[in-house]
Amino acid sequence: MTAISLRGARLSYGDRVLWDGLDLDVEPGEFLAVLGPNGSGKTSLMRVLLGLQPLSSGSVSIAGGNNAIGYIPQQRALDQSMTLRGRDLVGLGLDGHRWGLGLRNRRERRIRVDAAIASVDAERYADSPIGLLSGGEQQRLRVAQALVGDPTVMLCDEPLLSLDLANQRVVSELIDKRRREADTAVLFVTHELNPVLPLVDRVLYLVGGRFRVGTPEEVMNSRTLSELYRTPVEVVRVRDQILVVGAGACEEQTHHLSAEAAS
Amino acid sequence: MTLFDLLELEFVQTALIAAAVLGLVAGVLGPFIVTRKMAFAVHGTSELAFTGGAAALLLGIGVGYGALAGSIIAAVLLGVLSRRESDRDSVIGAILAFGLGMGILMLALYKGRSANKFGLLTGQIVGVDSTDLDLLVVSSVAVLAVLALIWRPLFFASVDPDVAVSRGVPVRGLSIVFAVLVGVATALSVQVVGALLVLALMITPAAAAMRVTASPLRATVLSVVFAEIAAVGGILLSLQPGLPVSALVTGVSFVIYLVCRGIGALQRRAA
Repeated sequence: MTAISLRGARLSYGDRVLWDGLDLDVEPGEFLAVLGPNGSGKTSLMRVLLGLQPLSSGSVSIAGGNNAIGYIPQQRALDQSMTLRGRDLVGLGLDGHRWGLGLRNRRERRIRVDAAIASVDAERYADSPIGLLSGGEQQRLRVAQALVGDPTVMLCDEPLLSLDLANQRVVSELIDKRRREADTAVLFVTHELNPVLPLVDRVLYLVGGRFRVGTPEEVMNSRTLSELYRTPVEVVRVRDQILVVGAGACEEQTHHLSAEAAS
Repeated sequence: MTLFDLLELEFVQTALIAAAVLGLVAGVLGPFIVTRKMAFAVHGTSELAFTGGAAALLLGIGVGYGALAGSIIAAVLLGVLSRRESDRDSVIGAILAFGLGMGILMLALYKGRSANKFGLLTGQIVGVDSTDLDLLVVSSVAVLAVLALIWRPLFFASVDPDVAVSRGVPVRGLSIVFAVLVGVATALSVQVVGALLVLALMITPAAAAMRVTASPLRATVLSVVFAEIAAVGGILLSLQPGLPVSALVTGVSFVIYLVCRGIGALQRRAA
C-alpha cells in the first residue's frame, strides 16, 4: 500500500499557484527529499500532508491517516528555564494531542516512551531539562518524539538545520534506521541535499510552480535544473557531493508551522 | 484576642476556605501561565477585573460578578486582539491602562463606603461572605474541570507549539479557552489579594516551583503547595497583628520565590 499519495494536487493562494498537477506516490520505506528555493511551497506541501492546509484541487491521502504521521521540526533554541525534560517531549508525541489528563495506562506509556528514548540512544540525558541540552541532543529526542507513535510516515521539516556535521549524520542515520527497520516512508524537506544524499531514493524539486520528481541522477543535473529554474544552472559532482551553481538555491531559511498558522 | 480566638470567628474561617480554594486554582494554573509567558496578561486581566468590580459597585450588583465579567471580557479581548505574539505586549498595555482609568472614574462616581473602593485594588478577604464563597467554589470547580479536560493538548501547545499544530491540536482555540480560565481565576483572586497583587498568587508560586524542578508534574504539585502556603499562611500571619492580608500573602510568596531561586542556582552548579 502506498504511504503517501497525491493526485492532481494544486495549491494556490489567489492568483499565485505554488504547484499544480502534482502526482506523487511515496512507497513504504522510501526516502523522498523535497528541495527547492524559499517560497516554492515546500512548507505548504508539509502543511497539506499534515491536514493543516486544504488543497485547491486534487486529492491527498496518507496510509493510516493523520495519527500515523511522525513529524520532526527544525531545531530551534528552547528556553533554558523551560519546565520540560526530554522524556516529557517524547511523551507528548505519543498522546499530547488527546484530551484529558491521561492518568490511565501510565505503565504502558512509560514502557513506550523508554523504548523510543533507547532507540535514539538518549537515555543519558532524557531526564535533564531540555533547554540545557545541545542542538544535536534535542534533535535526537525529536526523532524519538516522532517515532514513539509508531508512524507509517515521517515528515521531516529541515531537521538538520543549524546542526554541525557530526550531528547531522547522527540524526539522519536515526531516521534512516527507522525507515529500514519499520518500512516507514520518509518525506524530508531540506535546502541542502548533500547531508542526506546517500539515503535519498527520489527527489521532488519545486521551483516557481514547476516541479520534477525522480532519482537524484534524473533530477540533479544541469539540464533538468536549468529547465526548472529557466536560467542556466550548472550542476557539478565533486566526490560524493552535488554542487548547484547559479540557482541561488541554498539560502538559509527558518520557518515554523505555528507561526504560519497564526498569520 | 489570641490567634485561636480569631480562628473561631466565622468570617475568618470563610476567608481561610476562600484562600485555600484560590491557592489550589492559582497553583494549578500558574505553571501554564509562566510557560506561556502570560504574566503581563494576568496583570492586565486583573486590572479589568477591578474595572468590572467598580462598575458593579456603582450599579449596585455584587462586586464578585462584576469582577468576573470584567476579566472574562478582558481575556477574550486579549485573545482576539493579540493574534500575533509580537502584538501582545502593546495590546495588553493599551487595554490595561484604559480599564484602570475607567475603574477609577467609576469609583469616583460611587458614593458608598470608601473601604470597598480601596479593597478592590488591595484585597479584602475578610469581607468575603458566604454568597461570595459559593460563587468562588463553583467557579473554581468549573475552572479545574475545564482545565482537566484540555490538560494534555494545552500542555503540548504551551511547550511545543510547532509539533502540537502538526498533530492537529487546536492551538489558537486552546489559547482563548485558557485565557478565559485565567480570567475567571483572576477575578476570584482579586477578591482576596486585590487587583494590584494578583501576580503574587498566579505567578510567583509557579515561578518558584519551576526554578527547582524540570518535571512538569512536580512543578505543578510544588506550585499548588507554595500558593497554599502563601494564601493561607498570609492570612494567618495577618490576623494577630491586624496587618493587610495582601501584604503578607505577597511577602510569603516572595520569600518562597527567593529560596527556590537559591536552591535552583545550587542545583545547576552541582549538575
